[in-house]
Amino acid sequence: MKSLAKHRRHPAAVLVVIMLGLLLTGGLYAAANTATEARSVEADALLIEEGKRLFLEGCSSCHGLAGQGSDNGPSLIGVGAAAVDFQVGTGRMPLANFGAQAPSKAVEYSDEDIKAMAAFVASLAPGPSIPSAADLDYSGVDTARGGELFRANCSQCHQAAGRGGALSNGQYAPNLMKTSPEHIWEAMLTGPQQMPVFADTTLPPQDKKEIISYIESLRASDDPGGWALGRFGPVTEGLFVWIGGMLLAVILAIWIGAKVR
Amino acid sequence: MSTEQISGFEKKGASAATYVDERVHSNSWLSRNLNKVFPDHWSFMLGEIALYSFVVVLLSGVYLTLFYKPSVVEVIYDGPYIPLKGVTISEAYDSALAISFEVRGGLLMRQIHHWSALFFVVAIAVHMFRVFFTGAFRKPRELNWVVGMTLALMALAAGFTGYSLPDDLLSGTGLRIIEGIILAIPVIGTWLSFFVFGGEFPGVDIISRLYGIHILLVPGIIVALITVHLMMVWTQKHTQFPGPGRTDKNVVGYPLMPVYMAKAGGFFFLIFGLITIIAGIVQINPIWIFGPYTPDQVSAGTQPDWYIGWLDGALRLMPSVEWIIFGYTISLNVFIPTVVLPGLLVTAAIIYPWLEAWATGDKKEHHVLDRPRNAPTRTALGVMAITFYVVLWIGGGNDIIAVGFDLSINFMIWFLRFALIILPALAFIITKRICLSLQRRDREKLLHGRETGRILRLPTGEFIEVHEPVNSEEKALLESKPDTKPLPEPPETDSAGVRNPKYKSGRRAAGLSRFLYRDTIEKPTEAEMHHGEQAVEAEDEFEAPLLEREEAMHIAHDGSVLAKPAVDAPESATDTEDGGSDQS
Repeated sequence: MKSLAKHRRHPAAVLVVIMLGLLLTGGLYAAANTATEARSVEADALLIEEGKRLFLEGCSSCHGLAGQGSDNGPSLIGVGAAAVDFQVGTGRMPLANFGAQAPSKAVEYSDEDIKAMAAFVASLAPGPSIPSAADLDYSGVDTARGGELFRANCSQCHQAAGRGGALSNGQYAPNLMKTSPEHIWEAMLTGPQQMPVFADTTLPPQDKKEIISYIESLRASDDPGGWALGRFGPVTEGLFVWIGGMLLAVILAIWIGAKVR
Repeated sequence: MSTEQISGFEKKGASAATYVDERVHSNSWLSRNLNKVFPDHWSFMLGEIALYSFVVVLLSGVYLTLFYKPSVVEVIYDGPYIPLKGVTISEAYDSALAISFEVRGGLLMRQIHHWSALFFVVAIAVHMFRVFFTGAFRKPRELNWVVGMTLALMALAAGFTGYSLPDDLLSGTGLRIIEGIILAIPVIGTWLSFFVFGGEFPGVDIISRLYGIHILLVPGIIVALITVHLMMVWTQKHTQFPGPGRTDKNVVGYPLMPVYMAKAGGFFFLIFGLITIIAGIVQINPIWIFGPYTPDQVSAGTQPDWYIGWLDGALRLMPSVEWIIFGYTISLNVFIPTVVLPGLLVTAAIIYPWLEAWATGDKKEHHVLDRPRNAPTRTALGVMAITFYVVLWIGGGNDIIAVGFDLSINFMIWFLRFALIILPALAFIITKRICLSLQRRDREKLLHGRETGRILRLPTGEFIEVHEPVNSEEKALLESKPDTKPLPEPPETDSAGVRNPKYKSGRRAAGLSRFLYRDTIEKPTEAEMHHGEQAVEAEDEFEAPLLEREEAMHIAHDGSVLAKPAVDAPESATDTEDGGSDQS
């Protein structure tokens, strides 16, 4: 070190240090960069390849070999990763049989498989992507405003308590009480089945977060009045007052009207 | 009780009664009324259920008025319910939320009020079933039937005005439908709507108007009508079911004091308790979930309370029919199911007592009730009406049912449209057949008595079943069947050949009378009864030696099961074993 320190006031020293610094940072950057890029490209290609394999196996019979669609299923070009994550992630796809609407059922694929198929479909054409953790972070947003947005945009089909409602010809808006925030976000973005698309231009991400926050508050809230009868409103209440109320009252009447023998 | 045994408490009571009697002469009035006799049957308490639930409605309603504000002035919500914080709402909704979340006992009171209101209407409906199916509306009680019908309609009015007060999304949507119904009334609809709402819907007047109607006008009418209803029951005396010694000229039962005072008092607390328990554990009308009302929003699955549900169903099942006359739209698709249909049904229900009286030509007083089976056509008509109502009611909840049971709502509508015509007709036929079959069984019982299940084999090889005569109580019940005959066809001309001026209306009455009374199972005649009694006696004669033998062998005989005494057991066990080894 002493010999090196001896030259520290040499006129060329500054130059050498700068040169060394540039070399080191540039070299490191380049090395790191090429490494990640190569890994990521390789991984993406593998993921898409895997997704394509799964797609050809499980989806192409209806959606076409290149996702172009057929008489039995719509084109998937441009629907984006979000649509795949929603449809397969809630068990709607693969379809068990043709009906009025694809029902949500047990999920057939693992998370990795779903991500792979999503990557493949996203590679066909640009489309809405799967939301990041930051997109879904609804902590601290205005839940009450979400309620107003929910009542204005969602409750006419999904019912004020999010319990779902009937649409024409056997179609329906499903119950939201078991849907994850990620899937709600994707549904709003992609408009699956009968649902309209709520793109970020009409319903900004902040609004989406507020709506999700409101749905979560509905899910989490206890019913202060007791047993909620499914939160369906007057239909179940009317049924209850006849069966649970009047029947008991008549039994009481028979009891008190009984002759003492 | 001798005079020495009178306690100090009784002495004080007696002197107090004397003090009051010397001033207002109350003793004779009291003894007359407190000893009034009421007949005993559980179904006579259904009206009481309605009365008691109305008392509960009144009590809980008074509590709610202390906190409710009938105003649509807009305020910013700043209460404890976070998912509404900062939302602009009406003062009415704000106060309803405050009752639910801030007022002590408020939510319980709201739920007691709402549940007891639903209960009130249910009890009225069931009470009406009892009155209708037993023919309690016949002379002299036709007017009380009308009072009862009016009470039922007032209960609906009370319910609907109350449903609209919290100004939440559900109640506002209900009001919107009412506005649509008013608008559909031809010619005056638009004017009437502006009159009711004080301008364009929803306006700022409707909540305070409904409030006045809900807490003052309708309850006032209900209290007045209940008084009339009960006074008529009091002066006309209560009807009774047929039984030994019961006629149209007497009442068999217990005195009001003390039996019915105790029963009725206890029953009030039972009903109050039942409603309170339900209100304590089952949530009703969670207004905080529905959110505030704004005319541009509507939630899926919006329904009225159950008693209006059938009209909602009628509205949903009605095909789309619209006339445009001189540029004016006549919305028959709304007007027929929500104005014409209930109008016709209520009118039919109100005039039914007179229709039946006209068809029977019967001017007598009836204090002994009909058993429903003994008026098969009336019972069938009642069940038909209930079926019609229930189909409409299901129609009112068709979207909830479609979602809950994975059905197509379009399919449900078409199914219910057909069901609305087919099922009531089926219900009529089936009910009438069941009634006639029950009549047939009654006739059999009267003729031959009860089947005992004991089979005898006669020496000739013939098998017979032993019958037992019915007891006197049951016999009186079975013999109560009235033999109403259809009215005869009126003569077209009298003996002198002069045209009968009442021929046409007489024919109509005779036609209706045939419809009501043609089908019946005749009661057995004297001769048939005698024959039946002889048959039972003959059976007894056949059985007598067998019974003597059983008695001699100490075999217990409880009417249906023959049980051997325990001492015989080992012997019979050996028998079986022997039998078993023989076969193997």
